[in-house]
Amino acid sequence: MHISGFLRAVVVSALLSILGACATVPTPYDYSAFKQSRPKSLVVLPALNHSPDVNAVASVMSRVSYPLAEAGYYVLPVALVTETFRQNGLDNAEDIQAVAPEKLREIFGADAALYMEIQSYGTSYLVVISDTVVDVSARLVDLRDGKLLWQGSAKASSAENRSNQAGLAGMLLQAVVEQIADTVADQGHVIAGVTSQRLLAPRSPDGMLYGPRSPNYGLD
Amino acid sequence: MLVKQLTVILAFAASVLGCASKPPTMYYWGGYQGQVYEYLKGDGTSHDVDALEADIEKARAEGKPLPPGYRAHLGLLYGNAGRVDDMKQQLELERASFPESATFMDFILTNFNK
Repeated sequence: MHISGFLRAVVVSALLSILGACATVPTPYDYSAFKQSRPKSLVVLPALNHSPDVNAVASVMSRVSYPLAEAGYYVLPVALVTETFRQNGLDNAEDIQAVAPEKLREIFGADAALYMEIQSYGTSYLVVISDTVVDVSARLVDLRDGKLLWQGSAKASSAENRSNQAGLAGMLLQAVVEQIADTVADQGHVIAGVTSQRLLAPRSPDGMLYGPRSPNYGLD
Repeated sequence: MLVKQLTVILAFAASVLGCASKPPTMYYWGGYQGQVYEYLKGDGTSHDVDALEADIEKARAEGKPLPPGYRAHLGLLYGNAGRVDDMKQQLELERASFPESATFMDFILTNFNK
């Protein structure tokens, strides 16, 4: 009885290791610092802007509350945070992002801060069609000990739908989308909404984790 | 021509049906993010307060809570309009809904009069 149980265990583990070797598993993200920190509240700092669009920061900043709050975090009011820096003589993102974590913690009382960089934002006009791209990277830093909890980046482009569609229906859908998009004055802001969702909404395998206010908290 | 129009309508229907399977949100968002965008661009108007107040009623009607920062943002607009008591009330309501906001709400209340 004892020997056959052992043999069964050997056979089962051999089968599992063969099956495991066939599946390609991406390297899991190291969430150890994030899970140890478990921040409840986040302060989103004004983003660094590497794009030529003056509205890029306002556009991206105004789109982050939704994914972060719905993920279960308390997100400090973005306009008030920006105003607080302004009233203390800090107007540009480089200076703001250089403020010591202890100082941020003292003023904002947030557990962690989100440092964002807008890599690209805007519409480039090609010969026949135009492409709007918003590309943002971010770091989440614990304000209690300065540790990096998470980093990620995301990009969205108005060209995505176009390349996936085929045939008559595809071309017509594309024409409709572009026609509607033309009537929306602010393409960048539309795409920024997609980018911020991709960047900040919890997602496997390497996205943000759910926060304490979410029913999914602790399940990831 | 008719085939073209029908195809467009069908494509539209498909995209709308795709949206129907999204899970419900925890909060009532209304025009909040749009308001933040306008404010940060410097394009805010005096009617923004009306829109935010109206959405509070809509959220109540739907039985959904307001998102983090919503009341504080309304408080900011009240403060900028000189309605200091209204501002303080909104910041207190923000603190009551979200105790995580206490430190920052205290900071604003302490420093606003300077």
